Amino acid sequence: MNIATPSLRAGPDANGHFGAFGGRYVAETLMPLILDLERAYVAAKADPGFKAEFDYLMTHYVGRPSPMYFAESLTKHLGGAKIYLKRDELNHTGAHKINNCIGQILLAMRMGKTRIIAETGAGQHGVATATVAARFGLPCVIYMGARDIERQAPNVFRMKLLGAEVRAVESGSRTLKDAMNEALRDWVTNVHDTFYIIGTAAGPHPYPELVRDFQSVIGTEARAQILEAEGRLPDLLVAAIGGGSNAIGLFHPFLDDASVKMVGVEASGHGLSTDQHAASLAGGRPGVLHGNKTMLLQDEDGQITEAHSISAGLDYPGIGPEHAWLHAIGRVEYQSATDAEAMDAFQLLCRTEGIIPALEPAHALAAVARIAPTLAADQLVVMNLCGRGDKDIFTVADALGVELL
Amino acid sequence: MSDRLATRFAACAADGRAALVTFVTAGDPDLTTSAAILRALVANGADIVELGMPFTDPMADGAAIQLGNIRSLTSGTRLRDLLAMVADFRREDDATPVILMGYFNPILAYGLARFAADARAAGLDGTIVVDLPPEEAAELVPDLTAHGLHLIRLATPTTDAARLPRVLDGASGFLYYVAVAGVTGANAATATDVADAVARLKRSTDLPIAVGFGVRTPDQAAAIAVTADAVVVGSAIVDTIGAAAAERANDIPARVGTLVAGLATAVRAARKQEIAA
Repeated sequence: MNIATPSLRAGPDANGHFGAFGGRYVAETLMPLILDLERAYVAAKADPGFKAEFDYLMTHYVGRPSPMYFAESLTKHLGGAKIYLKRDELNHTGAHKINNCIGQILLAMRMGKTRIIAETGAGQHGVATATVAARFGLPCVIYMGARDIERQAPNVFRMKLLGAEVRAVESGSRTLKDAMNEALRDWVTNVHDTFYIIGTAAGPHPYPELVRDFQSVIGTEARAQILEAEGRLPDLLVAAIGGGSNAIGLFHPFLDDASVKMVGVEASGHGLSTDQHAASLAGGRPGVLHGNKTMLLQDEDGQITEAHSISAGLDYPGIGPEHAWLHAIGRVEYQSATDAEAMDAFQLLCRTEGIIPALEPAHALAAVARIAPTLAADQLVVMNLCGRGDKDIFTVADALGVELL
Repeated sequence: MSDRLATRFAACAADGRAALVTFVTAGDPDLTTSAAILRALVANGADIVELGMPFTDPMADGAAIQLGNIRSLTSGTRLRDLLAMVADFRREDDATPVILMGYFNPILAYGLARFAADARAAGLDGTIVVDLPPEEAAELVPDLTAHGLHLIRLATPTTDAARLPRVLDGASGFLYYVAVAGVTGANAATATDVADAVARLKRSTDLPIAVGFGVRTPDQAAAIAVTADAVVVGSAIVDTIGAAAAERANDIPARVGTLVAGLATAVRAARKQEIAA
């Protein structure tokens, strides 16, 4: 008997739900806008011209496909599975964030919007948004937590060079979640001309879906590249998770390949036993924030607690709703890495491969360093190296007790 | 028990005037003061009280109410304290409608059925949940309905003719018209825009229309009270609380009372002046 297995790639449902997660929890003022966005996205998906323009910009502006690199020296050092790095840090602007920004600004142009806003944590999404806004000639305002501005000075300067206005957010924990609150406040105030480019696979439907779709270029390429290099699918995919856009981008095209295991790596900061971490799956409960139901770090009263990670890009108390669902059904295994483990992995990649990774994928690498030695030499691991570390050298120097200039 | 909201709206209509709805964040700046503020609102002419449930991430609120939320949370306010405060108020006043306004996550954490039961037992009349649009409301509505509580719906300048039926489907108590696209405490809408919007909404519903967002002064309140069934004032009151708390004043309820008395006088006189003019 042939029993058809339902695809794990079909979500979300018509109301934007992935199982018990997702949805559209926004103020009524924004509802007509996100319904408009949904209609515009459905129309864009059906338009070959939209895909052609996206693909053209991916190739000639972003520099895709990004290489699938066999990390021979790292593999030898760890002694176990063969490790491949998906080199999304080589993209224009230095991270995977640009994939999504290209897709969203093309949507904004289709919808006739004339002003762009975005939130940013590490600044990578802010830089990518400022980049596409400059390329398409739209004014751009980036909201960034005041604390993140302090620890990501190079990216703040990049955004300004690109013509964006960077607004410091002083409320709450002064990090990514507060920047997102402030971007939502801007959007609700400027509903007629403004397009909000959300940086991760979270927020109200259809954002988690469209961000995933734009980022799935990573997994689609990776699938073809590993088949080309090894003649078979990988055994394990590994990616870091803040909101989870680089991870869902890598994982999604493989979700129906039962032989491919997947590990998402949350940031456990000073450790899961402390209250200083950003692991919303390991340490959170279901709740509603920023337009979606997902796993959130919160106290027993439902007040959102502050996340901590050495990586500003992972310093968020929630996670994209599709990850919350993949966690609930057990398709993806979620682990975590501490600040210290990420710092070790950061230095390991510098020294073994001559690649300075961002602190975000350094968390993924910490998990690879744990897992790879336990696997046989013929096993294949693909890790998403989703960002480069130039922006993090001040943070790393600080953590290593080195004074620059 | 009769419906306090319906009774109060009917009484104001019989008086030929709009109702004054006042918003404060419960527990701002602390529970004891907040309980006294609640009484000062009513004593000085508030017809309906909206109590904000404090939340760490009030993304539809402007600076004033964000700060009110922080003051309340910093002083340790929890949802159960808020409910106890209302229950205590109900021992003195069984007529003034009191509704909650806030975000979904604290309600979700409290437990939906437990929230509805405890809110009803405390003597509340309904709730506004800012981030629970009609598309997601089915999760909460059955529990509220089972306990006779209204889920107050919101219409906004972006709610067009195609969307309005969705907003009105299942709406009860009153319809809250958010007069400007923006956060609380934003700029005011013009009286003409509000009058047009109220007329448009009244063609589609028999529910009373309350108008809020950007209403700060007695003059602004009076202009809206000419056409709307109720006027909501929030940020101006919360600003007064914040300024008084900052100077550690011990007469915060009295200062709030003075502000509300001015608003109440203006709202009560609005239509008479309109006729005289």
